[in-house]
Amino acid sequence: MNKPFATVLDPGTSLNNKTGSWRTIRPEYVHRLPPCNVTCPAGENIQQWLSLAQEGRFFEAWLEMIKDNPFPATMGRVCYHTCETTCNRVQFDGAVNINLIERSIGDIAISKNWKFSPPEKSSGKNVLIIGAGPSGLSAAYFLRKFGHNVTIYESHKLPGGMARYGVPKYRLPRHILDAEIQRIIDLGVNIKCNQKVDCLNDVKDKFDAVYLAVGASLASQTDIEISDDSKTVDAIDLFKNLEDYPDEVPNLGQKVLVYGGGNTAIDAARTALRLGAKSVKIIYRRTINNMPAHESEIQEALSEGVEIHCLRTISSIKGEKILLAKMNYDEETNNLFKTGETELVIADSVIFAIGQSVEDSIVKNTKGILISNKGVIEINKSMQTGVKGVFAGGDVIHGKRTVTHAIGYGKKAAKSIDAFLNGKEYEPNLKNEIANFKKLNTEYYKSDKRKEVCRLGELNFEEKDVSYSDEQIIQESNRCFSCGNCFHCDNCYAYCPDNAIIKHEDGTLEFNYDYCKGCGICAKECPCGSIRMVTDDIN
Amino acid sequence: MSSLTMGNRFGRNTTVQSENNRPNSLTSGHRACQGCGEALAARCSLDAAYIETKGNIAVVNATGCLEVFSCAYPENSWNIPWVHSLFGNAAAVASGVAAAFKSQKKDIRVIAQGGDGGTTDIGMACLSGMFERNDDVLYICYDNEAYMNTGVQRSSATLTFARTATTLPNGQYMGNDIRTGKNVPEIAMAHGIPYVASASIGDIHDLEKKVKKAIHIKGAKYIQIHSPCPLGWGYPTENTIQLAKLAIKCGLYPLFEAENGVVVNSTAIDNIISVESYLKGQKRFAHLFGKNAQVNSWKVIQELANNHIRKYKLGEVVYE
Amino acid sequence: MLQQLEGSQALAKAIALCRPQVVCAYPITPQTHIVEGIGELVRNGTLKNCEFLNVESEMAAISVAIGSEAAGVRSYTATSSQGLLYMMEAVYNASGLELPIVMTLGNRTIGSPINIWNDHSDAMSVRDAGWLMLFAENNQEAVDLHIQAFKIAESIKCPVMVCVDGFVLTHAYEQVNIPEQNEVDEFLPKYNPHISMDKKHSYAIGAMVSPNDFMEVRYLAHKRQLDALDVISNVREEFLSKFNRNSGGLIRGYNIDGADTVIVAMGSVLGTIKDAVDNLNASGNEKFGVLSIISYRPFPQNEIKKALNQAKRVIVVEKAFALGKGGILSQEIELVLKGLNIDVISIIAGIGGRIITKQMLMECFENPKDKFQFLGLNRATIEKEYQSPCISKVGKE
Repeated sequence: MNKPFATVLDPGTSLNNKTGSWRTIRPEYVHRLPPCNVTCPAGENIQQWLSLAQEGRFFEAWLEMIKDNPFPATMGRVCYHTCETTCNRVQFDGAVNINLIERSIGDIAISKNWKFSPPEKSSGKNVLIIGAGPSGLSAAYFLRKFGHNVTIYESHKLPGGMARYGVPKYRLPRHILDAEIQRIIDLGVNIKCNQKVDCLNDVKDKFDAVYLAVGASLASQTDIEISDDSKTVDAIDLFKNLEDYPDEVPNLGQKVLVYGGGNTAIDAARTALRLGAKSVKIIYRRTINNMPAHESEIQEALSEGVEIHCLRTISSIKGEKILLAKMNYDEETNNLFKTGETELVIADSVIFAIGQSVEDSIVKNTKGILISNKGVIEINKSMQTGVKGVFAGGDVIHGKRTVTHAIGYGKKAAKSIDAFLNGKEYEPNLKNEIANFKKLNTEYYKSDKRKEVCRLGELNFEEKDVSYSDEQIIQESNRCFSCGNCFHCDNCYAYCPDNAIIKHEDGTLEFNYDYCKGCGICAKECPCGSIRMVTDDIN
Repeated sequence: MSSLTMGNRFGRNTTVQSENNRPNSLTSGHRACQGCGEALAARCSLDAAYIETKGNIAVVNATGCLEVFSCAYPENSWNIPWVHSLFGNAAAVASGVAAAFKSQKKDIRVIAQGGDGGTTDIGMACLSGMFERNDDVLYICYDNEAYMNTGVQRSSATLTFARTATTLPNGQYMGNDIRTGKNVPEIAMAHGIPYVASASIGDIHDLEKKVKKAIHIKGAKYIQIHSPCPLGWGYPTENTIQLAKLAIKCGLYPLFEAENGVVVNSTAIDNIISVESYLKGQKRFAHLFGKNAQVNSWKVIQELANNHIRKYKLGEVVYE
Repeated sequence: MLQQLEGSQALAKAIALCRPQVVCAYPITPQTHIVEGIGELVRNGTLKNCEFLNVESEMAAISVAIGSEAAGVRSYTATSSQGLLYMMEAVYNASGLELPIVMTLGNRTIGSPINIWNDHSDAMSVRDAGWLMLFAENNQEAVDLHIQAFKIAESIKCPVMVCVDGFVLTHAYEQVNIPEQNEVDEFLPKYNPHISMDKKHSYAIGAMVSPNDFMEVRYLAHKRQLDALDVISNVREEFLSKFNRNSGGLIRGYNIDGADTVIVAMGSVLGTIKDAVDNLNASGNEKFGVLSIISYRPFPQNEIKKALNQAKRVIVVEKAFALGKGGILSQEIELVLKGLNIDVISIIAGIGGRIITKQMLMECFENPKDKFQFLGLNRATIEKEYQSPCISKVGKE
């Protein structure tokens, strides 16, 4: 057809008009760090594995988990999940139940007998890890994956450290822990139990590097006046006995006091109930809100009938008569002082759960390793002690003492040791900007209540099975906002008035700066905050 | 994953706009302002119609921003058959196109489109004629509530009290204090045509659903789509979608469908917000909130929203 | 076949023979009978595959035609007077878009004061709108011009307005030869549009054009009109050989060889003029001729010049004038004859349907008193009005 001049035009010819030249700011896709990831002591890429779980790709989700944590099923039980505290969804309709998803997928991995893939290379280097607790095992796992030969000396009868000797069975069934440790052993890690190292000097030179992960297994001492006829026990010893001598059930009596406010105190109190005590009271010096124990643990303990007596310290224990001193606590000034009033309570036994300290005799003779005034080993930013090639982590260093932290330390130590063995210095990756709630556009998320489960079971040492079904895993995973990371919602692509976003066949998106006018709608309508507007270069 | 987003990895309840092979009826290189709501609304509407008809659409465009920014020699942004005649005659031209197709027995669906000025004012006579004859045309009005192409003058779709170049607020003058405007969807309904709907780029799922439905209906159809204009309303360009959403949420832009003159369905609002939160983001209403503003003058607009909430059963009136 | 028909009915039949596929109708006197007639032919099945739309205004009527032509079908409408002015902006638009619409203009004057009777004010108001404008002298020519109009319009992609004097032709019963359908089909083949709207033709029709190119667009439109001069002549010849009738073309002379005075006019008044001239030639010494202008746009300057250059005097009888200036057609003729030393006299006649008799014309042709005059103007009325205190004395004649 002979078309009229100028008034009749062929389709799509405006592509010649590169409107990108109008722009002064431009959008770019970014990966921001989700708060869950930021706060995860093990540095798990939670958002990523939730994304895989959403698609029912549980194996890949598990693979993503074990990039940072070799103990998903364990962590899915004992982790205090700061991820959920900081989850942006808290400000919407409740955190994603990350912990339970991790546990559920961890359980699937055990039931399906999923294994770690063997190391791709062998370095020929030998690393000694002292202590087969969560930190030591975590370090072992990563070091082995890096290709090093790993030997662990463990003083206890069984590996697991505080995961075994500090966490009661009803919270962490041993077959779960054992299965996850076995995977590490299957990877080629040599664990020698009942092998106490008395002096570091005896062993360190036989290895290319040493990781000290002996934990803090000494019960802290008190100056409370205790008469000889009193029945007291340290929580840590109680747990150890229950573990190593399951047939010898300790008799704590009908009325039990637990002294302390941490998670160990809660575990001890709940264990006491399970051992037959009719009345268990926790004595804590500050208020309930100040208890270091995790809130969910406290709630569960209260639900089981544990009483919590706050603002009290134990002054003396004389047989069954325990004298308590009433306390006053000023939260603002952190001033804690006795009111002068006292209270007498009757109890058959008292469990101490006032903390644990590091048994530092192992390094006493090693020149260069420093013990701080808090009784922990001093390390540098690469987790190396004053002695070259000797690293330390877990409860022996200054920091938070949770299983999750221990795993995180183990990972970091492994990376540092690997770098050291390669003659380098470990440099942590730069962290991306955090995707906080303000960076999200939550209009695009449908309200969908968190699927809660009740973990409380019967008062015994059996764990209640609360794991999600496959369908529930998918459903709960889908609640993830995917903070800071594109989840292919296509909002930017759909909303761009200038079609300046290319959607490739695989669903990936790319800005076409030839046409982008820089209006910023894409960034505004991105639900998860993975688009940033930046000043454009003016050419 | 959320069904409120435009697309998702699972292909569930996705929009045409999320498809990587969407037609792009209006392609890149057009000269719409940054953040133009109308450009987006037009692409969404026509793409939906295109998909539904396997590309068998023809479009008539009234004069206005959309026409000017999309088709200036030598560049044409349309990927569909398109004709522009005049400002006020798009509906009639579309009637002609439809008649041509009918006489040729071609199954091509006809769409006429224009802004609110070209529709509710100068185009009203032709529009009404097209409705009355029940010509087989889907007329889409991209409503940005003023004559934007000529520099933001008042139209009969301009919201009460809005500042425009011809309704400047000054002392006793409250911006567009003339009247409350013309409810063209209701006028369309009064013609008894088979389908009338309101839609918004704040809800593209809904918009596409309505276009997809309308395009198959024989006879005259009318869809009015709220399309915010950064320039005319005075707001940062990135807020186009946000404002469209706020207009829906406060009840000022009710989303509904009517068949044969009767409202058959309206979109209930989950959490009704005050019109204040919608108005405050726009400079055209700044005089209602500034230091010298008459106290609570904006409540007149709240009443308009409340009337919609009651009339179209959008929920319970929360803000009096 | 010869039939005794009202002009409008004859036109309806002729237009139906051209097989338009979209016809839109909006009533305005005096064109109503034409579209009524077509409507009847559609409804009785004579005109098949035709969409007949009753629209709500002339603006819609022409717009519908614009739409249907854009979509590639032969389209027709008709109007008069105010109706033409109401569709004015679309009249320009149709030609700018190069859409070969054919429209009948049942010529009628323009108010105010409102007046439904014939003159050419309406046509003159759109003389620069880019349409070809053909004036019919009688109903037979009106019929023939419509059949030619579709062919001309479609071959040069330009709309054509066929001007038919309101009442004088539209409502007059005359013997008219209506061609057979097969003859028209042979003469006017099936429409092969140069643009259309479907998946294969995803054009944008009606782009905005900036100052950089607008003048070129207009120049080409002007050039197309000039090219139409040949097309109109050729179509006339083709029509003549097919139907054996000398209808259409650019101009038509009557006794102009050796004429001292040539009367120039357009439309139905030519019949009366020819009668007057015949009488004058039979009685007097001065020899009179007549030149009909059929194609007013494009304006056939060369042909007119050739036809008139032997005359001593040219009298233009025109049914419209430019207020504040004078005759319109006469000015154009004067320009054509510039430098030839031929007197051009303008007679404004028939305004608002004022009667034009042979006697009035003969008197005027024999003895034209002024170069510019109004035929049959009632001086007494004018004088009386000038007595009124409301009228400014400044302009008194």
